Amino acid sequence: MTSNDAVRERSREEQATGSTAFFEVENLGIRFGGVRAVDGVSFALRPGEVFTIIGPNGAGKTTIFNLIGLIYPASSGRIWFDGRDLTGLAPHRIAELGIARTFQNIELFEHATVLQNLLIGRHRHRRSALWQELLFTPGVRRAELAQREAVEKVIDFLDLAHYRDSLVGGLPYGVRKVIELARALATEPRLLLLDEPSSGLNPEETDDMAFWIEDIKNDLGVTVLMVEHDMSLVARVSDRVLALNEGRPIAQGTPAEVQSHPAVIEAYLGSED
Amino acid sequence: MVQFVQMLLAGTAQGCVYALVALGFVLIYKATETVNFAQGDLMMLGAFFALSGGTLIGLPYWAVILFAALVMAIVGMLIERVVIRPVLGHPAFTVVMITIGVGYVLRGVVTMVPGWGTETYALSTPFGQKVLRVGGAVIAVQELAVIGMTAALCLVLYLFFRYSKLGVAMQASSQNQLAAYYMGIPVRRVNMLIWGLSAAVAAFAGILLAPVTFVHSNMGFIGLKAFPAAVVGGFGSVPGAIVGGLIIGVVEALAGRYLPEGFKDVAAYVVVLIVLFVRPSGIFGETTMKKV
Amino acid sequence: MRFIFKTDYAQDIRIAKHGGHWFWYGLLLALLVAAPAFAGEYLLTQLQFIAIYSIVGFGLMLLVGFTGQVSLGHAAFLAVGAYTEGLLQAKGVPFLISLPAAALFAGATGIIVGLPALRLKGIYLAIATLAFNVIVEEIIARWEDLTGGNAGLLVKPAVLLGQAVESPAAFYYLCLALAVMVCLGMINLLRSPTGRAFVAIRDSEISASCMGVNLAKYKTLSFGLSAAITGIAGALYAHKIAFLSPEQFGLFQSIEMLTIVILGGVGFLHGAVLGAAFIIFLPQGIAIAKDWLPPGVATSGVQAVVFGLVLVGFIIFEPLGLYGRWLKIRTYLELFPFYRRGMFRRQKAYAKSERLR
Ligand SMILES: Nc1ncnc2c1ncn2[C@@H]1O[C@H](COP(=O)(O)OP(=O)(O)OP(=O)(O)O)[C@@H](O)[C@H]1O
Ligand SMILES: [Mg+2]
Repeated sequence: MTSNDAVRERSREEQATGSTAFFEVENLGIRFGGVRAVDGVSFALRPGEVFTIIGPNGAGKTTIFNLIGLIYPASSGRIWFDGRDLTGLAPHRIAELGIARTFQNIELFEHATVLQNLLIGRHRHRRSALWQELLFTPGVRRAELAQREAVEKVIDFLDLAHYRDSLVGGLPYGVRKVIELARALATEPRLLLLDEPSSGLNPEETDDMAFWIEDIKNDLGVTVLMVEHDMSLVARVSDRVLALNEGRPIAQGTPAEVQSHPAVIEAYLGSED
Repeated sequence: MVQFVQMLLAGTAQGCVYALVALGFVLIYKATETVNFAQGDLMMLGAFFALSGGTLIGLPYWAVILFAALVMAIVGMLIERVVIRPVLGHPAFTVVMITIGVGYVLRGVVTMVPGWGTETYALSTPFGQKVLRVGGAVIAVQELAVIGMTAALCLVLYLFFRYSKLGVAMQASSQNQLAAYYMGIPVRRVNMLIWGLSAAVAAFAGILLAPVTFVHSNMGFIGLKAFPAAVVGGFGSVPGAIVGGLIIGVVEALAGRYLPEGFKDVAAYVVVLIVLFVRPSGIFGETTMKKV
Repeated sequence: MRFIFKTDYAQDIRIAKHGGHWFWYGLLLALLVAAPAFAGEYLLTQLQFIAIYSIVGFGLMLLVGFTGQVSLGHAAFLAVGAYTEGLLQAKGVPFLISLPAAALFAGATGIIVGLPALRLKGIYLAIATLAFNVIVEEIIARWEDLTGGNAGLLVKPAVLLGQAVESPAAFYYLCLALAVMVCLGMINLLRSPTGRAFVAIRDSEISASCMGVNLAKYKTLSFGLSAAITGIAGALYAHKIAFLSPEQFGLFQSIEMLTIVILGGVGFLHGAVLGAAFIIFLPQGIAIAKDWLPPGVATSGVQAVVFGLVLVGFIIFEPLGLYGRWLKIRTYLELFPFYRRGMFRRQKAYAKSERLR
């Protein structure tokens, strides 16, 4: 409990020192039946940082993402993005506001090509009306070309040119993981949620992923909220880390601080047996 | 009042038939996640076997029931083995289309069998046209028999699922196939047996329905009314199927009595739309959500 | 194998990807336009039906093949289109107005059905649309003042620009033109954001919504568009059959309509046309097959058995339908002798287990 209080204390301090609340989660909680999957989680993101949530299996990390994505209605708490309260919005509004995500177990459009997958990522930038699309007016054509140009940049950025026109369904796991990242980037998000970007990747692919996350942060200036198990990746790319256990926050700080925090060590050791 | 009770009874008897067909849907759905659109046609085929069992072989009524159920169990297992198993894991909708195809084949084949054809037959029962007079009410023994036999079958099925090894295995495998598989339950064989069981239940329903609609190649269309029954109860819930069937049967009887002509035929569908509007997965159905 | 070098983005969104496309589709269109000159009356009638059922196929393909929603009640939309056309026609409304009215009215009905259907999935959606179909059929049968009930409704030939479309050739051109227009509209839609949103919903609702696709809006839109297209087919159907009665629009019509999509190939526009052609020519095939059977066997029975077997056989052996089969043959020829069995193994047809949703 004391560590919990410490976390709250710190985040209040940050507010007091005037850090802009680009994105903030306040006292978030949800129950599934009798289980409090997430309970009293609060944190705030600074623009342009990589913020990582860690915790043993079943700690509630993915559930936090689903709460942010408004896939589940929160039992308690609020979520703010750009000073705007997200509670009660329809799930698709989240993307329209500029938040994109990837999934722990890849959720791609399996029967479409890589290019089509990324183009769906451009959905929030569409401008055409239905009748224009039915006639494929010159305006729609121009817009389509522009969308493709934008998507092509992402394809270059993540080195996917080789797979451009392949059906997603048949591609190897590692590639699909990158395609999901690409699809999220194609939305041109301001906040990117990555759920275990390195799970299922080999060391080489993980290394690539680390580079890309750094590039996303440094070159594209996108804020990243990440869930990750691979501690070397976490330490390498994250600015700050939040540790979670059984739905509750137990420590927050720099990667090194959190990793050596006694509550965190205990949580991981305790869950190991 | 007397009339009302009579009508309620008639509706309940009809509802029992819906319930049994719906039960067949639910058993198969729970086991293989397949919605069997051929269930009504299995029922029709069962009634035809019962007919031939009585007229050709000369079996008594009780033996006819067993005979039809047995033959249909074999037919059900064959269908599972030949057309359903190859498409397991395919999208639910394609499998539905397959069962629709099976229904067509069954209906067509029946008309080609010498002695069956496109004629209408009466299945003789020991209850005949007998009636009971209780107070002022005239009650057809036939209806009581239908209700009684349905209740008996439900009890047998309940005991089977509760206490027999096979029944428990069936339950386990319909709740979680993968887990059941790891527990050493031969899931495929169990699925096949469930198809057999549900076809046997269909035969039973066909025999109960025969005195009402007679036996003919299109009597299986009643299965289309059992869908609303299964859905009202919540597809995938066995008690739901029974309750849903009874609801539909009674509502239909009431609509036939109190509403203008035509409402009786659509009552089942109106009910299902209303129920779905209020509860998108039926009364006993559970909402599942994909986890990501 | 033809390898297309992509040099600019425009190549992706062109209808014809290469010269071969222009050639073959041009040839097909030329043949279809010239058909009345060489086709007998019988073949022309079949072609009219194929055009009409292709439109049905396009409509259903949009909903089932591209949006992944199920409908066991599309005959109701066909009925709405057909009766709207028949009744307006009787009032002397010209075809150029009654046709859009039929489409609009059917589309509006589709939206009315689609809205409550938003909360339904899989089997529940299937049964709800089935129920809707039965109820519409009953309404048509009972609303005798308007529809003529079970006695039926006679429909006169369409009047287009003051001219009655009476000759088989003229009506054929009308059907062909509408089928081509609907097809082009579909192609356009599918290479635009809306079409992609449909496909996204089909493949993963949760992902689609995380990409900003408004599920409610696009599902309803898909229902509405699909119903409107079916309504257009219904209007043509009314003129073709010239006599409407409720039992033409029952559940079996809905199933037959779905069969077009399944046999043709779920998820392919070509599939709608191939499926329509197949369904129209199937009875001929059955008539021929019947000569081999012993006499005294009921024709309806043979029809049911063959229809059922075809459906079952296709789903088991060729889940991608006729168009899928064609793709395989073409790849085989193009790659010969390098074709490997199992090249298409990975691709399963669309829609997924309901329990996972
Ligand atoms: N839809 C749901 N219904 C019921 N319980 C759920 C649901 N989603 C998650 N849970 C439960 O909430 C808890 C947290 O799950 P969550 O998926 O968020 O864990 P996680 O931290 O992402 O774990 P992992 O590292 O394994 O991905 C678990 O106990 C899980 O069973
Ligand atoms: Mg997780």
